[in-house]
Amino acid sequence: MIGTQEMVSWSLMEMQMTLVKITLSTVAVLAGTTGLALARDNVQVTGSSTVLPYATIVAEAFGENFDFPTPVVEGGGSGAGRAKMCEGVGENTVDIANSSSRISQKDLDTCAANGVTEVMEVRFGYDGIVFASDVAGPSFGFTPADIYNAVAEQVVKDGALVANPHTQWSDFNANLPAQEILVLVPGTKHGTREVFDTKVVIAGCEETGAMAAFVAAGMDEDGAEEACMKLRTDGRSIDIDGDYTETLARLDADKNAVGVFGLSFYQNNTDKLQVATMSGVTPSTETIATGEYPVSRPLYFYVKLAHMDVIPGLKEYVEFFVSNDMAGPDGPLAQYGLVSDPELAATQAMVAARTPMGPLE
Amino acid sequence: MSDATAANPMPAAAPARGKTSLYTQDALTRRRNAAEARFKMYGLVAIVVSLLVLAVMLFTIFRDGTSAFRQATIAFPITLEAETLDPAGARNPEDLAKVTTIGYGNLIGRQFANYLTAEGIVVDGISDKDISGMISRDAPGRLRDMVLADPSLIGQTIDFSAYATGRIDGYLKGRVTLDTAELDSNVSVEQLQLADILTERGILSIAFNMGFLTNPDASDQRPESAGLGIAIIGSLYMMMLVLIFTLPVGVAASIYLEEFAPKNKLTDLIEVNISNLAAVPSIVFGILGLAIFINFAGLPQSSSLVGALVISLMTLPTIIIATRAAIRAVPPSIRDAALGVGASKMQTVFHHVLPLAMPGILTGTILGLASALGETAPLLLIGMVAFVTNYPAGPLDGGVMDPATALPVQVYSWASRSDPAFIERSSGAIIVLLAFLVIMNVAAILLRRRFERRW
Repeated sequence: MIGTQEMVSWSLMEMQMTLVKITLSTVAVLAGTTGLALARDNVQVTGSSTVLPYATIVAEAFGENFDFPTPVVEGGGSGAGRAKMCEGVGENTVDIANSSSRISQKDLDTCAANGVTEVMEVRFGYDGIVFASDVAGPSFGFTPADIYNAVAEQVVKDGALVANPHTQWSDFNANLPAQEILVLVPGTKHGTREVFDTKVVIAGCEETGAMAAFVAAGMDEDGAEEACMKLRTDGRSIDIDGDYTETLARLDADKNAVGVFGLSFYQNNTDKLQVATMSGVTPSTETIATGEYPVSRPLYFYVKLAHMDVIPGLKEYVEFFVSNDMAGPDGPLAQYGLVSDPELAATQAMVAARTPMGPLE
Repeated sequence: MSDATAANPMPAAAPARGKTSLYTQDALTRRRNAAEARFKMYGLVAIVVSLLVLAVMLFTIFRDGTSAFRQATIAFPITLEAETLDPAGARNPEDLAKVTTIGYGNLIGRQFANYLTAEGIVVDGISDKDISGMISRDAPGRLRDMVLADPSLIGQTIDFSAYATGRIDGYLKGRVTLDTAELDSNVSVEQLQLADILTERGILSIAFNMGFLTNPDASDQRPESAGLGIAIIGSLYMMMLVLIFTLPVGVAASIYLEEFAPKNKLTDLIEVNISNLAAVPSIVFGILGLAIFINFAGLPQSSSLVGALVISLMTLPTIIIATRAAIRAVPPSIRDAALGVGASKMQTVFHHVLPLAMPGILTGTILGLASALGETAPLLLIGMVAFVTNYPAGPLDGGVMDPATALPVQVYSWASRSDPAFIERSSGAIIVLLAFLVIMNVAAILLRRRFERRW
């Protein structure tokens, strides 16, 4: 009895093995008859959907002007892109990971564990994050404190921490219009959210004194920051997990809303959106480059140095990306909304020397 | 209810005991009839609602998308100055390639402005940058390719036709107006005034846009030149490969399970698992594909071959289920008759059962393919949701190994772009996808009509 069962499972296993063999050999035959080695001749790029439009502009121009095929650029998110890059070395792994936030030590550890030891960090510019409302509505001039008062779970009112009671912008700042509060905030999986949290919400938390109140209530510094970043859940602050087109559609449906956008997205939709000033500064590539406009973040891409000179066109693509023709202040990326990096020359030198990044400070 | 009473010719006869009339409905009959009438109503309402939803969906798609099939172009003569394009003067291909699209872009802008001046077309307050900004950024690349392919053009004056930028195109289609242009940082009122004059003079015109079906994808800065070429090729390759992979395997598996396999626990298990596989979310197949085909088998990323393998895994259960149903629908008398005159089991299946089941098998396969055509999720993980602008090679030159995208992928990626012109293209891509689906479904119906046998 036991013997037959063993026989059955054994023959089943054999059947599976043959099946796998047949499938694999079909694939192999297919590859053979098509007369093609599996060598990859195009650069593979993946990562942040914020960097995606910039990377496609560069890839397109690269394909037009060089003899190499146009790089294949994927979106999907910064974290996913870096994880994909850290999968290992070889033609089946991507060459470049675009990222709208800096690589983490965890990613670097994964990389190292998978044999991706030398990674070059290229910062090619800055991205501004703007607050914008419907073009026909009233105009807004915010400070981080206003945003904090509008979206935080707990705010300081008359010297005490209370659950956010504000329903209109004019409730806490007489200079703002008497309009219902509705803020469309990027969801937590977005790189934009991190900048929104650190540069606006926490700054506002400190400005309004809520941070001090949290600490006074017995929290340590990290706990107070966590408490600051908690947003109200009564429907006046809405997380948008899709991209900016979804934020725009929501804003179109509810004209009272104020949305968070990337500068380049706003610049492509100035007929529908009006931008709010932050602490009196209008966001533009100039004010962000000088640092006057506070809400911005650097954009990076990470290059697997082991693939340089192996994947044709990789070196040229990276050099072309950081060249003045592309990433410079008059280049197409700046026209699209990228804030050119004032230290671009240093980046170009680093790319030429292929300096791998050191440990994170 | 009032009808029932009105139809009753003898209301006075109601007290007559024990007698029932077909004309008088008792309470039970009335309730049954009412229930039936209500049920019919529910069904009608359900159909009307679903038709309405479909109509609204189709209406919005066609309203937004039909304009994607038309495109504004600017036609003007252009002199290919030798001193700009070939400073060395030797027509050496290497020297020619050193002039980048930036140089060609400047040349086109300058020549266009000169042409307008020569034609006496003037708009007050328009800058040279505005004038050159009306021509798509895709034009320099195309002109450069033309010159590199045929260096003898240098020095000549040729008739050149370029796409107008997305905003000018939108103005001709009514998406952009003078009011929105005032607020829009990507287009100026002067440009629109110039566009009016150019349209009058026939320099700027709008026509059917073949490029939408043949061009590759384009970056955010040039929505006007973005097309579905690579997505259509990618989808075609994938559908062909899926057909090649799934039809033989699916039919063989179904015939074996239905006609030859012994009924025991093992085949029961297999059957249950096939049904389960049909219900597995498609993204799971993407994860599987990444692990097996890319990481283990080493097949190239973003290629339609890997896409087809993943989608085959997904479609196979559907095809097996449809095929088994078709085989089961062949009456046993056919098999009995064949076996009775001495045919072997295999002859019975291949000479009689399979031909009769063929229409059902083909219909099932085509419907399976149609649902696979609209699939994006599994492609996400194997790198096909990507920006690809190089056409894959022909199917016999290893084109299935080259990076490609697919139609639903293009819909998705255009829908998330920032330029409003891409929204129009996204809807246009949906129309193309719908056209593919309609063709496949009509083919399924025709095949069934043509080969179906009734008894």
